[in-house]
Amino acid sequence: MSNEIEAIKDPGLPAHVHRRADTDPKAAKKAERQVAILFLLSALGTITLIGSYIFIPQNVFIFFPVLGNTNAHQLFLGLGMAASLFFIGMGAIHWAKTLMPDEEVVIQRHEFRSPDEDRADFIRTAKEGAAAAGLGRRSLIKRSLGLSLGLVGLSPLILLRDLGPLPGNSLTKTSWKAGTRLVTDPGDRPIRPEDMEVGAVAQTLPAVVLAPGEHRKLSDIAKDAVLLIRLRPEEFNLDAERLSWTHEGIIAFSKICSHMGCAVALYEQQTKHLLCPCHQSTFDVTRAAKVIFGPAARPLPQLAITVDSEGYLVAQSPFNEPVGPSFWERSS
Amino acid sequence: MKRLSRFRRHRAVAPLLLVLALFSIGTTFSVAGASTSSPLTAAEKSALIDEGQRIFLKGCSSCHGLNAEGGGIAPSLIGVGAASVDFQVATGRMPMADMSTQAMRKAPVYNEKEVEALAAYVASLAPGPGIPGEEHLNYERDGSTAEGGELFRTNCAMCHNFAGQGGALTQGKYAPTVMGVEPRHIYEAMITGPQSMPVFSDKTITPEEKLSIIKWIKAAENEPQLGGAALGRVGPVTEGLLVWTLGLGMLVGVAVWLAMKAR
Repeated sequence: MSNEIEAIKDPGLPAHVHRRADTDPKAAKKAERQVAILFLLSALGTITLIGSYIFIPQNVFIFFPVLGNTNAHQLFLGLGMAASLFFIGMGAIHWAKTLMPDEEVVIQRHEFRSPDEDRADFIRTAKEGAAAAGLGRRSLIKRSLGLSLGLVGLSPLILLRDLGPLPGNSLTKTSWKAGTRLVTDPGDRPIRPEDMEVGAVAQTLPAVVLAPGEHRKLSDIAKDAVLLIRLRPEEFNLDAERLSWTHEGIIAFSKICSHMGCAVALYEQQTKHLLCPCHQSTFDVTRAAKVIFGPAARPLPQLAITVDSEGYLVAQSPFNEPVGPSFWERSS
Repeated sequence: MKRLSRFRRHRAVAPLLLVLALFSIGTTFSVAGASTSSPLTAAEKSALIDEGQRIFLKGCSSCHGLNAEGGGIAPSLIGVGAASVDFQVATGRMPMADMSTQAMRKAPVYNEKEVEALAAYVASLAPGPGIPGEEHLNYERDGSTAEGGELFRTNCAMCHNFAGQGGALTQGKYAPTVMGVEPRHIYEAMITGPQSMPVFSDKTITPEEKLSIIKWIKAAENEPQLGGAALGRVGPVTEGLLVWTLGLGMLVGVAVWLAMKAR
């Protein structure tokens, strides 16, 4: 074995091959011209950029292959800038590769470890410094320094509190209360059961009283959005409690996906499936939004609905569970 | 003229003028009203329904049943209304080319007259949503682009994409693009809920709001492509694909050239 390994000789470095430009003055001249052409192309690019900024109006659209109908101003600004930067780099590299000195230099690596006497010197200096500072003798300084350094580490933790208010009960509570009317989003009109045909859907929000000029908070819409769907009552496959949460075939679900909080509203009328566009979680509307496909772990929360004395759809009660994705303190 | 004016104080002039005025008012109204109210007499209408039934028996009844009562492979058409027929047949979705997951838009099989007859026949079976008249589709006048955009984002964008380009549903079904669709067909789709699409009732999205949605869609169609190739306007998916293939490919090419030795 050992003889075989010894038999393989160190092949050394490959022989240095000279470039044509090193030996042939004609080739060198040609390479010089190529570099100059690349730099000139870059200059042309910059001129295109400046020219198109000044001379091409912003509302001119031209047909450009592959891109289609496109804005000429933007197109030539981009092409000009791309050419001006790209060809400078390309010229510089071509210059370096063909004309700059082509000597191969070998530098041997030295050992990484410091010499022993340097190492001993360092340790001696450090010990002398420690003795001069007197840390070993002055324990009051040593302890108070330890305390202050330890406490410094706490300050970033305290500053983290400034990242925002604590969520409080905002993760578990929505604006829905017993008797809150369901109103259209957008439009804020209350809905009667007879306003929806079988197979119809409606995007709804809780009715709120807003001062003139005041808008709903996005943080509220993000929790309160509810999807109303009307089926034939006999199509439901629900237990008695969940069935009592529907009204004449109208069923209401939170629109916020129980997986990652996307708006689930892709309702397929024929299959009665609700699909979340983000991760394809699929919920069966006839079985209280049971998860039949995808990463969601829980059904969409169902809102119990009924009608009020004026015949408008209202919530029977708030949601019986937090809407949206899981969070640390969630009980279920 | 002179000869006529001799009779202007004649006893019969007043009653004659009255009759003439009433007659002209009557004809004006019947001519002007013809375009908005039903232009068909009862006989013409029943002829149209007969024609529609003939087309139906030939082209549709093998799946939808001889009396449009539906069957194992096709739904009942009783009560779907003229709007549903106009949408499905005039956009070429019906008759289906094959029984795949979804009827897709293609060149229509029947011409306008035949679609009208079919719609009249199906509408005669039971009341259902009617075809909206041109006077109800003046979206340029009655719609608002900004309101339409808000409605589209809340009600349509999840399936049809935020730019109306269409998107995927489950198991091979998809929501088609809404670009280049006739305003009448967009309106009919909203009131009838074809295939996987749910119905958007007139009370939850009023007719004016529907026109606003159409106006927004038409505005989106005419949106200039400032960035050049739209890449389907589906956002990061196609853009990312392009960057990962063409963009990275170009960078790899440049890196190879950089490391190549000059000769």
